[in-house]
Amino acid sequence: MLADKDRIFRNLYGRHDWRLAGARSRGSWDGTKQILERGRDGIIDEVKKSGLRGRGGAGFPTGLKWSFMPKNSDGRPHYLVVNADESEPGTCKDREIMRNDPHLLLEGCLIAGFSMAAHTAYIYIRGEFLHEAHRVQQAIDEAYEARLIGKDNVHGWDFDIFLHRGAGAYICGEETALLESLEGKKGLPRLKPPFPANVGLWGNPTTVSNVESVAVAPDIMRRGGAWFASIGRPNNTGTKLFCISGHVNKPCTVEEAMGVPLRELIETHCGGVRGGWDNLLAVIPGGASVPLLPAEQCQNLPMDFDALRELKSGLGTAAVIVMDKSTDVIKAIARLAYFYKHESCGQCTPCREGTGWMWRVLSRMVRGEAHKREIDMLLEVTYQIEGHTICALGDAAAWPIQGLIRHFRPVIERRIDEFTARAKDDFVLEAAE
Amino acid sequence: MTLLKVNGTVVDVPPEYTLLQACEAAGAEVPRFCYHERLSIAGNCRMCLVELKGSPKPVASCAWAVRDCRPGPNGEPPEVNTRTKPVKKAREGVMEFLLINHPLDCPICDQGGECDLQDQAMAYGIDHNRYAENKRAVEDKYIGPLVKTSMNRCIHCTRCVRFSAEVAGVPELGATGRGEDMEITTYLESAMSSELQGNVIDLCPVGALTSKPYAFQARPWELVKTETIDAMDAVGSAIRVDTRGREVMRILPRLNEAVNEEWISDKTRFIWDGLRTQRLDRPYLRGANGRLEPASWTAAFGAIASAVRGKQGARIGAIAGDLATAEEMFALKALMHALGSQNIDCRQDGSTLDPAFGRASYVFNPTIAGIDSADAILIVGSDPRHEASVLNARIRKRWRKAELPIGLVGAPVDLTYRYEHIGAGPESLAQLASGEHSFAKVLRAAKRPIVIVGQGALARADGPAVLALAAAIARDGDRDAGWNGLAVLHTAAGRVGGLDVGFVPAAGAHSAIDMVREAGAGALDVLFLLGADEIDTAALGNAFVVYIGSHGDAGAERANVILPGAAYTEKSGTLVNTEGRVQRLRRAAFPPGDAREDWAILRALSDVLGHRLPFDSFGELRARMVAAHPHLGVEDGVVLHGPGALEALSVSKAKLGKAAFGNPIRDFYFTNAIARASAVMAECSALAAGRLAEAAE
Repeated sequence: MLADKDRIFRNLYGRHDWRLAGARSRGSWDGTKQILERGRDGIIDEVKKSGLRGRGGAGFPTGLKWSFMPKNSDGRPHYLVVNADESEPGTCKDREIMRNDPHLLLEGCLIAGFSMAAHTAYIYIRGEFLHEAHRVQQAIDEAYEARLIGKDNVHGWDFDIFLHRGAGAYICGEETALLESLEGKKGLPRLKPPFPANVGLWGNPTTVSNVESVAVAPDIMRRGGAWFASIGRPNNTGTKLFCISGHVNKPCTVEEAMGVPLRELIETHCGGVRGGWDNLLAVIPGGASVPLLPAEQCQNLPMDFDALRELKSGLGTAAVIVMDKSTDVIKAIARLAYFYKHESCGQCTPCREGTGWMWRVLSRMVRGEAHKREIDMLLEVTYQIEGHTICALGDAAAWPIQGLIRHFRPVIERRIDEFTARAKDDFVLEAAE
Repeated sequence: MTLLKVNGTVVDVPPEYTLLQACEAAGAEVPRFCYHERLSIAGNCRMCLVELKGSPKPVASCAWAVRDCRPGPNGEPPEVNTRTKPVKKAREGVMEFLLINHPLDCPICDQGGECDLQDQAMAYGIDHNRYAENKRAVEDKYIGPLVKTSMNRCIHCTRCVRFSAEVAGVPELGATGRGEDMEITTYLESAMSSELQGNVIDLCPVGALTSKPYAFQARPWELVKTETIDAMDAVGSAIRVDTRGREVMRILPRLNEAVNEEWISDKTRFIWDGLRTQRLDRPYLRGANGRLEPASWTAAFGAIASAVRGKQGARIGAIAGDLATAEEMFALKALMHALGSQNIDCRQDGSTLDPAFGRASYVFNPTIAGIDSADAILIVGSDPRHEASVLNARIRKRWRKAELPIGLVGAPVDLTYRYEHIGAGPESLAQLASGEHSFAKVLRAAKRPIVIVGQGALARADGPAVLALAAAIARDGDRDAGWNGLAVLHTAAGRVGGLDVGFVPAAGAHSAIDMVREAGAGALDVLFLLGADEIDTAALGNAFVVYIGSHGDAGAERANVILPGAAYTEKSGTLVNTEGRVQRLRRAAFPPGDAREDWAILRALSDVLGHRLPFDSFGELRARMVAAHPHLGVEDGVVLHGPGALEALSVSKAKLGKAAFGNPIRDFYFTNAIARASAVMAECSALAAGRLAEAAE
């Protein structure tokens, strides 16, 4: 269990003051000027040393990402864009940060923005997060008032932070769709290359980072990359917010060390699986878009990027969705398929046409109204989508279904058998009437 | 240049090429739906996926630049494969996705036979359907009288959306909804207002957008295709006329990078129903009761002969219309001279352009392709959007590419690009010439400016002075060597040809406006109208009017004798476009009934009048014309005139007037007799008038 002294999010549950005074009492905005004095490279090197990997889902090394921004400006402004469009089903970590410790995020914006020579940061917040948007905006106002940010602030680096509310489309959490939406257009992902670090917001160099990645930066700078790297496993370092939902006794969001075993996570923080550990059916370890894992793979499962990758799943946003044996797992995945069908932007063919197809086949499979050969066909369709689309939404739609078929094919087959047996009787009855 | 290995062969291509272009350069065909050379890259159909060595996923070749490819570990050129199994599988997958919600109604689809989806399904489709669910149904949208929609067939390539936003400059199409509920629409189901909207029919790779007037008329394989030139405006767009039997079924654009690229205006495309109605298919003679009666050719010719007999040459005149070919005017000029008359004019709108100032004074000297390299544009008395829609799209293309200062002197209109409105009339132009206006600095500093002078500034008494002033503005400054920026924009397809063959009155003889006035005053006895309908026919007094033309319009209504001629799709001839480009009309169909090609009518008439013209075939006529005007012998030739050729204009002594420049086109859809006979154009015109009235409210 993570020691209290190693916690970064010290007001995760909102028991203390979220405002500037409270944040200051927890160490925020302390010595920020000294951090900036270490220079752009100093900050990026420290973040690289910490081994921080992006907390938005893909796990790309954060320091490396920040270092992609042009070293010398060609006259275009640089932008930091914070992705606060947290819409992945099961995920509720950024919301807690913005609600209860917004100054962590704002200080992170200044440090991250400085490290990429950006004078402007945009926080693109999910439209539904009304309360959080108010909090963050108040925090921004406080920071301006205290001259922590803004023109001629106490840190000597002119910095503006703008909060922009989205309109609630899942696709706008994809970094380039987010930029399009921020520019006032329809949220359609852009083609890459060019990458945002070269051509981003309004054609200027831009880095899009997750709220959590940005919010941990100040603590990494204050306590040192080595401290952060000492937590967790190599290449999977630091602390992480886990959001556990589903069939546990006490669903919660909790900060834990990377690589914490799943069972410990659930039993220590969530009061265990409903009906006991043996009642566990499956777990989706990283938000809706990663393949689920059956109970037998969850026994000694370290929760980090690489361990889950080896099991052909992923850490994603670390949103653990727990399903006990009362779950109709086909129905659960069919619901996710509906989500992706509903949230597909419709721009490129495989995702636009494929997500609807998969959902329709799956919803028949929920009833068992399918042929067994359609299971393989469905699997093939997921491979036809995966990797052929502009953005990763196609992949995200395909993976849960691949996980389902990989681990629960017998369940699907049994359902089909049951339906076929029943259907015959129905048919005879109907004909006899 | 960058080396790239495509399917094992190394090619050398520019780094800014996309992989798709590079593959084509290497001879590898790449299927595509959304990609189009003249539109922005969308990369959304995913049909053009190729394998790029080192990339874990197949990449969309239309959106991946050659410069984005990383070389191999030892600096080998990047490797692209278009024929491997994964590539084929990826494309088959995309094709299957495209087809699951496609209605597969090819037998009743107008696109059948020329459909990209149909063709590519032959290569990448699979023979059975794995999709057992219900297909998506999408409501058809009303988007105007020209484009028919069948939205079930739409594959969401967004070519039409990008065209209307980028090329046409009227962003009326868009996509609403998300995912599989995405629909292409004008949102409020209002008609599109662009005059280039017909091009979305060609762009649509499937049968979602088809031609409404052509709906269910013919199949592409039944049609005989004739490559010819458009006569609706003076741009001279390259077109293909498709005929079945003797009827023109549709008109499509052809590629001509120098003129229309691959776009044509709606008038060009949808005029064909006008070729069937209001046709003059036999000679008519006005009887004693004042009514036009059908007559034989002999009787008609006899009536003309007796009208002309004994008349002085000076009391005979001829006016050529906007669609007359150079050959016809050359023949008519010879006939009029033989009759002793110098009263000939091809400028029925009263334009003051005069070949005496040299050819550079009446053509679009910078050429249409020259717009691409222009660095400033001044538009004087013109609405290029409606006078030459395709040319206007070219200006917009240049304007979109990089900042381009554009000034306008004349009526402020929506040109689909931003411009500075300098003033309404000649006084503003004079301010530009004297350097008083701020825009003058821009023009003076420009290396390759274009001064577009429209007929609105020329068809008036002070036309020569305006032209001289425009020429001075075009000339004065630090220009690139040889750059002549004076660009006269014509609205009539036959005008430059007429000026080239000298179909203008000699000194002291009557111009078109004078002829109308003299006829009204009884000083002109016989007037020949070669398809001239745009004059004030009611003012011709008691003159004996001979109308040679194809459609029953204003000229025919007033005529004493009607000689039925051929429309532009039914005859051979030479049209010279506004740049001075010599282009050939090719006959696609035959004129109806007893109608004949106009040159043959003139030849036969000359015999009856006792002044037999010295040619017996069209070939001989053209040979004589070319002998007299050698530049007309070079098909697709443009004679360039340097800035020195403008010197002649500066001698003009005319005085500038004060009236604002007008606009020669009152109704884009009704500019000639064929258009006025077209029901489709009438519908478009009514819609446009409705929009105008709405805007005025």
